[in-house]
Amino acid sequence: MTALMDDLATSTATPPAGTAMPFVTTSPLTTLPDRRDAAGVPQHRRVVGHISRHDVMVIVGALISAVATTMLVFGRFTPLDGQPGFTVVAFVLFLAIYAVLVSLTESLPAVVDRVMTALLATAAIVALAALFSVVVFVLWRGREALSKPNFYLEDLSVTGPLDPLEVGGILHAIVGTLVMTTIALIITVPLGLACAVYLTEAKGRGANLVRTVVTAMTALPSILAGLFIFATWILILGNQRSGLAASIAISIMMLPIIIRSADVVLRLVPGNLREASAALGAPQWRTVWHVVLPTARTGLTTSVILGVARGVGETAPVLLTAGFTATMNANPTKNPMVSLPLAAYELVRSPQPELIARGFGAAAVLMILVLALFTVARIFGGRPAGRLSKRQAKRAAARSTADLARFTSRQEGVS
Amino acid sequence: MAVLDDTREMDPVTTVPALPEADTPAPKPRDVSTRRGLGDRIFRGGASLSGVLVLSVMVAVGLFLSIEATQALRSTGVSFFTTSEWQPDRNKFGIAAVLLGTVVIALVAVAIALPISIGTALFITEVAPTWLRSTLVALVDLMAAVPSVVYGLWGLFLLQGQLVGVSRWINAWLGWIPVFNVAGADPHSPLSSASVYTASAFIAGVVVAMMVMPIQCVVMREVFSQVPLGEREGAYALGSTRWGMIRVVALPFGRGGMIGGTMLGLGRALGETIAVLLIISPRFDINLHILEAGANSVSSLIALRYSEASGFGLSALMAAGLALFAVTLVVNFTASWFVARSRSGASSEA
Repeated sequence: MTALMDDLATSTATPPAGTAMPFVTTSPLTTLPDRRDAAGVPQHRRVVGHISRHDVMVIVGALISAVATTMLVFGRFTPLDGQPGFTVVAFVLFLAIYAVLVSLTESLPAVVDRVMTALLATAAIVALAALFSVVVFVLWRGREALSKPNFYLEDLSVTGPLDPLEVGGILHAIVGTLVMTTIALIITVPLGLACAVYLTEAKGRGANLVRTVVTAMTALPSILAGLFIFATWILILGNQRSGLAASIAISIMMLPIIIRSADVVLRLVPGNLREASAALGAPQWRTVWHVVLPTARTGLTTSVILGVARGVGETAPVLLTAGFTATMNANPTKNPMVSLPLAAYELVRSPQPELIARGFGAAAVLMILVLALFTVARIFGGRPAGRLSKRQAKRAAARSTADLARFTSRQEGVS
Repeated sequence: MAVLDDTREMDPVTTVPALPEADTPAPKPRDVSTRRGLGDRIFRGGASLSGVLVLSVMVAVGLFLSIEATQALRSTGVSFFTTSEWQPDRNKFGIAAVLLGTVVIALVAVAIALPISIGTALFITEVAPTWLRSTLVALVDLMAAVPSVVYGLWGLFLLQGQLVGVSRWINAWLGWIPVFNVAGADPHSPLSSASVYTASAFIAGVVVAMMVMPIQCVVMREVFSQVPLGEREGAYALGSTRWGMIRVVALPFGRGGMIGGTMLGLGRALGETIAVLLIISPRFDINLHILEAGANSVSSLIALRYSEASGFGLSALMAAGLALFAVTLVVNFTASWFVARSRSGASSEA
């Protein structure tokens, strides 16, 4: 310790060689405290934001007390009833008792802090409980349909309304969703990404106009996209209701979403990468193709997948444009075609419990599909542009090692 | 100070260049215009083409709806905005009831979603331990991705049964407020039927709130996570508690984002179709009693009536849709304006 201090003192006193500014300071301006006594004492890092046993006890105590008091109030004193009333009264009582318990040991600001923290945590718990409830409820109501293999392998063409779940399934809706999503992807991915590139690369009044219109279109209610296709494609042009019509309607919904998020991702690409590429003499298209797009690849994948997740779950435009059918139809240009959300919507509106169970099954399959897409998006994305994953970094390192070997071998060949 | 005084005595390091003679012509700026190669011209042409294509598709949707809607609007005139019935074949139709119904459902949804989304966003950014944070973020994003038909099923088959009790409770204790009044209901009688409380704007609003909440929460979380660290730590250094820091630093900083996120959610709530369609039973009168059975919205009206509509009926539906689109457009642009002019505006692109 003392050696270090001496070291510091000398280094500040004598200027390092090569500095232009002559230092005439005689004594160090910073003084280190003398810690010689503390040298032998083991040091511990202080824990901030620690939850003590007392805190836990206060919360648990307040909770038990609140529930007990509410039961007393509801059961003995007043003719209140109903679960929602019970929950509200118990929660208010919990906050009050918690505040009193905390105020025994803490000051007023700390009491306010604890109560507000409890409120924030409650909001998060309510949100998560809602999500949990949605997922579990749909899976639970759909469990009987989901557990039958024929549910995934048959359509409903020969199934009567009273047939048990062992007959018929939603293969036609699964195929319909896949076909519609594929067509929508074929339309939206090239067009959406090209438009996003246009927005970021061709700056100017035109790009701003397109950006404003695309932003406005994200506000388009999905049913209007369906109504537009219904009125033009089906009524005016005289086409049948078909998977293709539904795909176009879904594309109109997906395009603004993909363009908006791809635009954001492309703008996050560091400008110095673009400038470095331009400085090396690359024309703009090479810069975009070899620098901008690869850098933003993960983000672009995420934006496309999020657009697909939205498009797959879209019901309203499909309702207007695809028609409803119980038979398998893999041809998007002819005859009605049904998608998973539409099948779920139509099936649960019937009074038969078997059909409702199938509807829940279809909704559960749809939900699982969206969850899977979402997980894939999380794995690909979640990383800002230019930051590589471990494997990507390894691959990039391998490439530059190979480049180095190539350069050296070429130089050796020259000399 | 002694150090600085010493440096002043040194020779100047910067030399001033000799000025040019007076009679030499003034230097002109260099020409820096870019000459683009063939590849670049093709690339820029293609990109512009896609931009024009997207623009024309989007403009076509808007223009077509407007042109089709004018036929209906011309035959009714101003009464389109004041009539609450919907009988296009008898030329008696208007959006007074449906548009108001849409707004009522959306307002109920936002009123319920707002405290939950602010609380969740603050919990994620300020309270939750680091290991929990990314999980919570993913779960909220997931909530936003769940299809609306799934929420609709959940609302119709699970939530409705639970919420009838809540409706009865609110009606019993707050029934003196006109909004919570229910015609023909006696909440204190245990024998009264529950059906007066079902299929109401309140229940539809709660279901839509579950869809709106994650959208609002995502925007707010983004904004709160950009609160400058210096101000945050400054508040702590002055002895603030966590809530004190949130109140004086995070909430003022994030105000623009909070308003913007709320309105973004409002825009989504206004356009929601399927979940509302599954829950409500349609009615065509101006009804502000949110707990009462029956409600209506523009998008569910379109979904119900498009197939039986004649050419003129379709034009009327498009006029209704156009009115809804105008409302959502105003709401969305107001939202982005709020986000962009706030201090937290950098997050407006999210």
